Amino acid sequence: MSTTLPRPQIEAVNYLNVDYSWKSWLFTTDHKRIALLYLFSITAMFGIGGVFAGLMRLNLLFPDGLFQHDTYNKFFTMHGIVMVFFFLVPSIPATLGNFLIPPMIGARDLAFPRINLLSWYIYIAGAIITIVAILHGGVDTGWTFYAPFSSSYSNTHVILAAIGIFIAGFSSILTGLNFIITVHKMRAPGMTWGRLPLFVWAHYATSLIQVLGTPVIAITLVLLGFERILHAGIFDPNLGGDPVLFQHLFWFYSHPAVYIMILPGMGVVSEIVPCFSRKGAFGYEFIAASSLAIAVLGFLVWGHHLFVAGQSMYASMVFSFLSFFVAVPSAVKVFNWTATMYRGSISFETPMLYAFGFIGLFTIGGLTGLFLATLAIDVHVTDTYFVIAHFHYVMVGGMVLAYLGGVHFWFPKMTGRLYPENLARLAAVIVFVGFNLTFFPQFILGYLGMPRRYATYAAEFHTLNVFSTAGATILGVGYIMPLIYLSWAWFKGPRSPQNPWGAKGLEWEQSPTPPPTYNFDVPPVVTEPAYNYAGEVDDGGH
Amino acid sequence: MTKSHITPVGVYVTVFLALIALTIATTLISRIELGPFNFVVALTIAVIKASLVVWFFMHVNHSSSLTRLFVFAGLFWLAIMLVFVMSDYVSRTWLPGPRWL
Amino acid sequence: MADTNVSAAEHDVGLKHHFDDSGQQYESATLGMWVFLLTEIMFFGGMFGSYTVYRNLYPEAFASTSRFMNLTLGATNTAVLICSSLTMALAVRSARLGAKKKLIFFLVSTLILGIVFLSIKYVEYHEKWVDHHIPGPGFHYDLPQYYHQAQILFFLYFAMTGMHALHMIVGAGLLTTLIVMASRNRFSAQWNTPVDMIGLYWHFVDIVWIFLFPLLYLIGNH
Repeated sequence: MSTTLPRPQIEAVNYLNVDYSWKSWLFTTDHKRIALLYLFSITAMFGIGGVFAGLMRLNLLFPDGLFQHDTYNKFFTMHGIVMVFFFLVPSIPATLGNFLIPPMIGARDLAFPRINLLSWYIYIAGAIITIVAILHGGVDTGWTFYAPFSSSYSNTHVILAAIGIFIAGFSSILTGLNFIITVHKMRAPGMTWGRLPLFVWAHYATSLIQVLGTPVIAITLVLLGFERILHAGIFDPNLGGDPVLFQHLFWFYSHPAVYIMILPGMGVVSEIVPCFSRKGAFGYEFIAASSLAIAVLGFLVWGHHLFVAGQSMYASMVFSFLSFFVAVPSAVKVFNWTATMYRGSISFETPMLYAFGFIGLFTIGGLTGLFLATLAIDVHVTDTYFVIAHFHYVMVGGMVLAYLGGVHFWFPKMTGRLYPENLARLAAVIVFVGFNLTFFPQFILGYLGMPRRYATYAAEFHTLNVFSTAGATILGVGYIMPLIYLSWAWFKGPRSPQNPWGAKGLEWEQSPTPPPTYNFDVPPVVTEPAYNYAGEVDDGGH
Repeated sequence: MTKSHITPVGVYVTVFLALIALTIATTLISRIELGPFNFVVALTIAVIKASLVVWFFMHVNHSSSLTRLFVFAGLFWLAIMLVFVMSDYVSRTWLPGPRWL
Repeated sequence: MADTNVSAAEHDVGLKHHFDDSGQQYESATLGMWVFLLTEIMFFGGMFGSYTVYRNLYPEAFASTSRFMNLTLGATNTAVLICSSLTMALAVRSARLGAKKKLIFFLVSTLILGIVFLSIKYVEYHEKWVDHHIPGPGFHYDLPQYYHQAQILFFLYFAMTGMHALHMIVGAGLLTTLIVMASRNRFSAQWNTPVDMIGLYWHFVDIVWIFLFPLLYLIGNH
């Protein structure tokens, strides 16, 4: 990595310094500024979700708990709602996706810049309403809102939270819509589908899921809200309804939603690994195709959340088989990333450390998903900490690490500054250690039978819970470090050269660092394939 | 797809008359007892009507293949939801196991 | 992709800065509206799915509720919406021809037909209210063995037709906006994209009703 350049007398005009007024930020249609608006809001929501996680782990230090059981129920509910709908779903697409997709394809902006800004305001509206629900006492149904508890028995602010999530869903839909049209219509000359960065493929696949899945949870929440008011019985067995119907409708979105969360992370890893292996992506077509396969197959497996709910055994068998099948494209990616690294020239900058962490932890998380997809095992471990460990391995060990890796990788591009590398590496290691100490014990706890969503537990689980809370504390430190040093580096860090990583891609090679408002001084024309680290190492890619 | 394509008024009026005729037909047929075929016939006519609207009124006849792919994808995804959800309810009594009803 | 064959002067009308040419912009808008309509398909789909489930579970209760679906009003409304689709298609055609007077005429006609639809809907809802068929504390059903099932089915009836009516109201608002814009000469043969897009939306709302009509009013009619 190069050292600082002589500071220019006059800084080039870029998207950050072109106008400093607050109006130019709040009424911007520049996708890069909107990405930063999202970055700040999403970080704030992550903090709120993290606070609830901290309170939960504090409670779980003690077998008899610490808080009232109803209060604990609210903690895990709010943690889930905030993290899923206000952090995980929008995170990479709304920040890195918004920022990078136009320059990566050689466009001046997304297809619908005003809709992009609208999507941020909608996100903020949803977030405010949810925060109001929290401040008024929160919700205690679990983020899954299962009926009939949520529709008939809970005394908490279900409808308010449902409205917040409903609104936030529109933000997600508009982002996805924008990305789909942008990728179809706004590519620069020579930027064929076969030359698209894998980050873009991943976001295209994500956008398909956002557009097709999110409306279903929207209508589910609407039906739930009206049921809560009218008690017609649509989900209430006492009134002739079927609670499993709620679960079908809820998970029809919420399972694909987890692919909304992970696919962009995979896209980030697909950018980082070739760069820090100095080698073209191995099996480019397979990685691209696997993103689409995950998007499609991800819609066919939701019944694996209903194995013990009363779903027919025949349907459960079909869903179980399809759930095994959906693991295949993910595995394809892991093999291809590994093959990319093989005989590459690997260096261990912070983004690469996060990518390594992703590959290992996502693999563990994914494999444990197969345990859960197996009907006979799921009967034993469902609704235990095994499930919690599984999804935190993919969501935190996978998604959050990819998010941090991506933020670090593109930090110089977004800010024109360099972050402190050694401190960042230390933070990455702390995150990795803290994460594993938090969540690995939970696999064991779940297998031994500790149920999820309980404020208390049997004494035999005490030691592992203490490890888990200790890990959570370390993980928290690992999160706070980048918050501090990245904020510092934004204003005080050394200026970045045009391409500090020597990465391939239009955003690095042809768009200035940081970019001007329309991304390119000269409209780009693409003549070479993606990841053309040619001549550096013999690669098997294209 | 060209935005400058102008469809003749006659085409629109013909489609309109077809839609009205199909509406009358489906209403009249519904009065006849056909058993399970009432549902099939009514849905079939509805699909035909919807297809006429999509093809002519919504100009899919002059749209790009990408647009047509999107339309197909939307219907396909709706079908996934309906088919898979109903497969649960329909098959609950096939194999021994916990019964809800 | 498509040839737009516009002159240099026409090229600049309404062109946004981030697009290369108006053809790209128009195609983007069209695709964007279709993607939005896909989301609407899935949104209504959730209700159609729930309806299918309960019709399948409670066929007799469902058949008993069909007595209370006003076939005359439902069929009339279907015809009204089909007429409005015709006028909307003609409005789009007029816009593409740059025929302002016809455009406004057809937009106003569509709007009036939409209001007629909503008025008839109101009459139907009022009938339901009088019969105590609105789910909630005031619900009452004459066949006690089907009380709960009927309430669920009426709940879905109101959910589906109510959501449809809400979309009609939004459509009416959009039409009003178009009428105002058209009278202010905002549209021309070179640029009339909003008319086109809202036309697509309006036709979609018509299609939802094309499916609602047989499912709610026709099955169990005999």
